[in-house]
Amino acid sequence: MNPGTIKQILLITDGCSNQGEDPIAMAALAKEQGITVNVIGVMEHDTIDEKGMKEIEGIAMSGSGVSQVVYAQKLSQTVQMVTRKAMTQTLQGVVNKELRQILGDSKSVEDLPPEQRGEVMEVVDELGETVNLDVLILVDTSASMKNKLPTVKEALLDLSLSLNARSGNNQFGVFVFPGKKKDVEKLLDWTPQLESLTSIFPKLTTGGITPTGPAIREACAYFKKKRSLRSLLSRDDEQYFEESM
Amino acid sequence: MMMNSTLKNLCKVSPGTIIEGKWHHHRYTILKELGFGANGIVYLAQFHNQRVALKMSDNGMSIISEVNVLKSFAKVQGSSLGPSLVDVDDWVQRNHTISFYVMEYIEGPDLLSFIQQKGNGWTEALVLQLLSDLDTLHKQGWVFGDLKPENLIVMGPPPRIRCIDVGGTTIQGRAIKEFTEFYDRGYWGLGSRKAEPTYDLFAVGMIMINMAYPKRFNKTTGGLNQLRSMIQQKPELKKYEDIILNALQGKYQSAKQMRMDILQGIGSQAKSVVPPAPQQRTRISVKTQRYSPKPSKRRKGGWVETTLIVTIVSVLYFLYIFGI
Repeated sequence: MNPGTIKQILLITDGCSNQGEDPIAMAALAKEQGITVNVIGVMEHDTIDEKGMKEIEGIAMSGSGVSQVVYAQKLSQTVQMVTRKAMTQTLQGVVNKELRQILGDSKSVEDLPPEQRGEVMEVVDELGETVNLDVLILVDTSASMKNKLPTVKEALLDLSLSLNARSGNNQFGVFVFPGKKKDVEKLLDWTPQLESLTSIFPKLTTGGITPTGPAIREACAYFKKKRSLRSLLSRDDEQYFEESM
Repeated sequence: MMMNSTLKNLCKVSPGTIIEGKWHHHRYTILKELGFGANGIVYLAQFHNQRVALKMSDNGMSIISEVNVLKSFAKVQGSSLGPSLVDVDDWVQRNHTISFYVMEYIEGPDLLSFIQQKGNGWTEALVLQLLSDLDTLHKQGWVFGDLKPENLIVMGPPPRIRCIDVGGTTIQGRAIKEFTEFYDRGYWGLGSRKAEPTYDLFAVGMIMINMAYPKRFNKTTGGLNQLRSMIQQKPELKKYEDIILNALQGKYQSAKQMRMDILQGIGSQAKSVVPPAPQQRTRISVKTQRYSPKPSKRRKGGWVETTLIVTIVSVLYFLYIFGI
């Protein structure tokens, strides 16, 4: 079984969007393109208001990803947990689909007796270790995020440490929103290492609006760019996840 | 698929609830909650006349993954790696299916509470027990992963350390599944998150440090320097300084190696009363030398004394000569 590359957007924010398209709709659009959207809400001492909570859960739900709201100190552990959990979910989706082809339409892993489920889980574990993973990280840099940014940087470095312990390949890209001139700005192009963030992150300016929706749309487009570039270069037709969920 | 709060609430069951399995039809009566973590809730339950621990989770796959580990442990003859597995099943409740597994109930205080109650004298014995369990586990191709005092229960009597949560247990060579920052070498900038025996031994080093700092401490500069200075501030850690630092730096290739060093250390402590035997001069001789700066200091003090007396006498002598 070759599951190709897993594509994820990881959105790190601390509240509600207030500009541009509905982020929940954009997440649904991402899902249709085979991209999972995960959301992490960062709190400090305050809590995120109900509207913000609803949006965070909504984005993850329609982007078939995972959401979690945490205090800034817990960010590192959460970022890697959310990413891995979403990856496992996607892989389960792929395995489920294969199973359905073998066992018939209504069957899924949960319908198997626990004994056989164990063997399926070993396959999922194995895939999780070896599959290639592309994560596009979207960082909210609106004014309220200012003092959380150092923690976000730490968490992202930690994420690359976790994922690079796998034998599969990883590619990370980092976008921030709002950008200096546009809604979204590219901070880091696809790279397997996030170390370069250490020098870029402190220079970030925060402030302004929160265009979460446009940011997700832009992120999806960026996966496409990467794909077309890749096919130009190597012509390797990878199998993507479009219909797997 | 979601981290759904309603599904999480389904795992919250009150004492007295009867959990009946869909596949094997065993009935478990919930007695009380034992603890919860990222991966689910563990309950104490009654099964016939036996008390068991029952873990359920909204994430069925993580349950199955842990069951796989426990099954693999069960194949090791006479092992005490993790609790023994009793049953795996699904519980159907209000149209939702919750996966659970049932295991041996390991009763006792966690490692830190035990040490606090019974005193530091137990440290070595328990760490040695832990290391021999880890050695067996590593030989089976696993790495425990999320090793921390909360996951270590001292059952007994006689006191015996046991690992209880296999949620982080990973096949060697893969990426560690689950970890806790304080015990994770990646967090301290001292290594990767690849599942290797050295990963667990780092955690053992941190657990030893944790015994002297029950409230743990925060990362400031991180790296070896911070940890070294934390070790040096506590006399009860200083005697194991070399061993802990070796573990933190990944210098022990196996748990057995670390175990041997601790055993030798115990020998050298006893031998600091009796002079060390000449054939065991390696590590021990370094230790005894470190403990013996006192006599040389006294000799230095003696020199100072002598010179002082000589000077005073000669000054007096000169005064006596020129005074007259």
